[in-house]
Amino acid sequence: MSEAVREITYLEAIREALRQEMQRDERVFIIGEDVGVYGGAFGVTLGLVEEFGEERVIDTPISEYGIAGAITGAALVGMRPVGEIMFMDFTTFAMEQLVNQAAKMRFMFGGTIEVPFVLRTPAGSGTGAAAQHSQSLEAWFVHVPGLKVVAPSTPYDAKGLLLASIRDDNPVIFVEHKLLYKIKGPVPEEPYTIPLSSAEVKREGHDLTIVATSIMVKRSLEAAEQLAREGIEAEVVDPRTLKPLDEETLVRSVTKTGRALIVHEACKTGGYGGELAAVIAGSEAFDYLDAPIVRLAGRDMPIPYNRNLEYHTVPQVEDIVEAARQLARGRI
Amino acid sequence: MSLNKPDLLHQMVTIRAFEEMAEQLYTLGKVHGTMHLSIGMEASAVGAIAALRPDDLILSTHRGHGHCIAKGADLNRMMAEFMGKENGYCRGRGGSMHIADVQGGNLGANGVVGGGIATAMGVGLGLKMQRRGDLAGFWKPARSADRVILCFFGDGAANLGPFHESLNMAAIWKLPVVYVCENNQYAMSFPVKKAFAIERISDRAAAYGIPGVTVDGNDLLAVYEAVSQAVERARAGEGPTLVENVTYRWRGHSKSDANRYRTKEEIEAWKEKCPIRRFRARLIEEGTLAEEEAERIEQEAYAAIEAAVQFAEASPEPTLEAIEEGVYA
Repeated sequence: MSEAVREITYLEAIREALRQEMQRDERVFIIGEDVGVYGGAFGVTLGLVEEFGEERVIDTPISEYGIAGAITGAALVGMRPVGEIMFMDFTTFAMEQLVNQAAKMRFMFGGTIEVPFVLRTPAGSGTGAAAQHSQSLEAWFVHVPGLKVVAPSTPYDAKGLLLASIRDDNPVIFVEHKLLYKIKGPVPEEPYTIPLSSAEVKREGHDLTIVATSIMVKRSLEAAEQLAREGIEAEVVDPRTLKPLDEETLVRSVTKTGRALIVHEACKTGGYGGELAAVIAGSEAFDYLDAPIVRLAGRDMPIPYNRNLEYHTVPQVEDIVEAARQLARGRI
Repeated sequence: MSLNKPDLLHQMVTIRAFEEMAEQLYTLGKVHGTMHLSIGMEASAVGAIAALRPDDLILSTHRGHGHCIAKGADLNRMMAEFMGKENGYCRGRGGSMHIADVQGGNLGANGVVGGGIATAMGVGLGLKMQRRGDLAGFWKPARSADRVILCFFGDGAANLGPFHESLNMAAIWKLPVVYVCENNQYAMSFPVKKAFAIERISDRAAAYGIPGVTVDGNDLLAVYEAVSQAVERARAGEGPTLVENVTYRWRGHSKSDANRYRTKEEIEAWKEKCPIRRFRARLIEEGTLAEEEAERIEQEAYAAIEAAVQFAEASPEPTLEAIEEGVYA
C-alpha cells in the first residue's frame, strides 16, 4: 500500500478543485451570491477571493437569472465560469436561461459554439430549512438535452468530478449535498479528474444492488454494513454522473445480483429513480431479475419544518435496511 | 468612423428583399414553422450595427433577419438556413428564429422574448475579463481587448425580469454592453401605451445609473449616432447604455397575426415613414447618391436574394444519420 492519503471534507475537496483549476486556467472564474468575503452560504469558496481577487471571485446581487446569464454569456466568448446558486431551490429563477439558452445553443446553432460552464448548487434536506431550501431538483435538469448533471457523494468524487466538469465543453449542473459538506474522506492533493459518465461500485455484494445518488450513497453504505450483519451482502452503485449515465456499470451489477433497489432523496414521482428503473428493466439485466425493481425515494410532498417530520420525508438508513431486507429475502 | 452610406442603403434594401422573399416562400409552402418580419424596422438594425467594428458581437432576437444581414451574414447560407438546409448557418437546426453566425460575431437570434438580455451581460463580463493582462494573449489569433456586445431586444422584453437583472449587473460592473431596445409599438398585440406607465422605455436607464436615449428608429443616421456614442462609452470601459429605437413593424407579429389590435390607418401612416425611402431620398438630396445608382442598388439587392433562393433550393437536406449531432460538444 502507498502511504495514506490525507483526509479532507467534501466542502474542502470542492474548494481545492476550484483553487487548483483557477491556478491552472486563467479563464476560470467564480460568480454567485456571497461567494466573496462571505465565502458562500456554506463556506465553500471561503478564502478564494483573497487568493484570486474580486475579478475572479465575483459577488453578485440577488439575481439568479443574472448569474445564469453571466455564466452562459461568458462561456460563449471562451471563459470557463463556475456559477453558484445558493440553494438548488433558487435555480427556478434561472431556469429559462439554463434550459432555453445554455442547453440548446450548441445544437440550435449547428454545433458552431460551445457553452462550457459549471453551475454548482447545493440540494437536499436535513437542515431544518423546510420546503423552499431543501429540494432535490436534479430530475428537471436530467430531462434537458444539452445539459450534463453531476452529483458527487464523496470528497474524492467531488474533487475529481468538479475538475472534469470545469474542463468539459458543455454546461454542467453540479449538484452538491448540504449534509455531505462536512463528511471527510481521502482526497489526493494533486489534481485529478473522474470522467463524466463513469459510475462506481462503492461496495461489492451479491445479494442485491442498491443504486443510490448523492447522500443516499452514504446512507446505503451504512445500511449495507447493517445488512451484512444479517448475512445480506448488498452491492452499492453510485452513478456519480446522472447524465450522461454509465448504464453499463449499473446493468452489470444488477445482472450479477438479480435484485435492484433504487434510492434517492428527491420526490418519487417523476424522480431520477424512474429513469434508473427503466434503464435496468430495458437491459439484459431484465432476464436476471428475481424480483420487481424497488424505488425508495422522498415522499411526494414538500419538505416539512418539524425535525421529526423532515426526517421521515426522505429515505434514512433504517428505511434502506428495511427495503433491502424485504427485497433480498424475497418478500417483494 | 466614416460611413459608407450607399452600403447602408444597400443593407436595408437587402433586408427588405430578404423578408419579402421570406414571406413569399412561406406563402408558397416552401418553408415551414413561422417567421417574424422586421419590414419597416430596417434602419434600427443597420444603423445600430454600423456603429460596431467587425469584431464586435451582437445578440439578436426572434425578429432578427435584419440584424443577421447587417452583421455581414452570407445571404446564401442564411437563406439555406431559412429553408432548413444542411449548408445553412446552423445546418438547418435553427431556422429563422435561431440563426447564428458565430464567425461573423452574431451570437444568435432567440426564440424567447428577452432570452438574450442576460446572456449579453455575461458576454460583456467575459469581454471585460479578457482585458486582463493574464488573458490578453490567451487566444490565437489575438483578440482585441476592447470589443463590445450589442444586444437587441424589443419593447416586450423590457418588461421581463431578466431585463432588470441584466441592466443592473452590467451597470454595477461597467460592462461593455450596448442595449438596443427596438420599440416597435406592440408586444404581439399588447401596445406599449398599455404596457408601460412611462413615456419612454429609455427612462428606465436612470434606475440603473446609466445613460438612456430615445431616437427615431426609422432615421438611420439618428440610430447610428446614438449607438455610436453608446459603443464609444462601452469601449472606453464606462459601462452600458440603453438606446431605444422607436419604430414600427408593418407586418403582423408572426404569420398567425390577423392585426385585430390595430387599424389599417395606423399601419399606413407608419408606412409613410418608411426608413428605406427616407434614407434613399436623403442620400439623393445631399448628392451622395444618384437616382440611377439607387436603382442599381435595389436591383442588385433583389437579384442577390433571388440567387440566394436558388442556392438554398439546390442545397442538400440534413441527413437523418446526423440528427443528434451538436447536442453535446
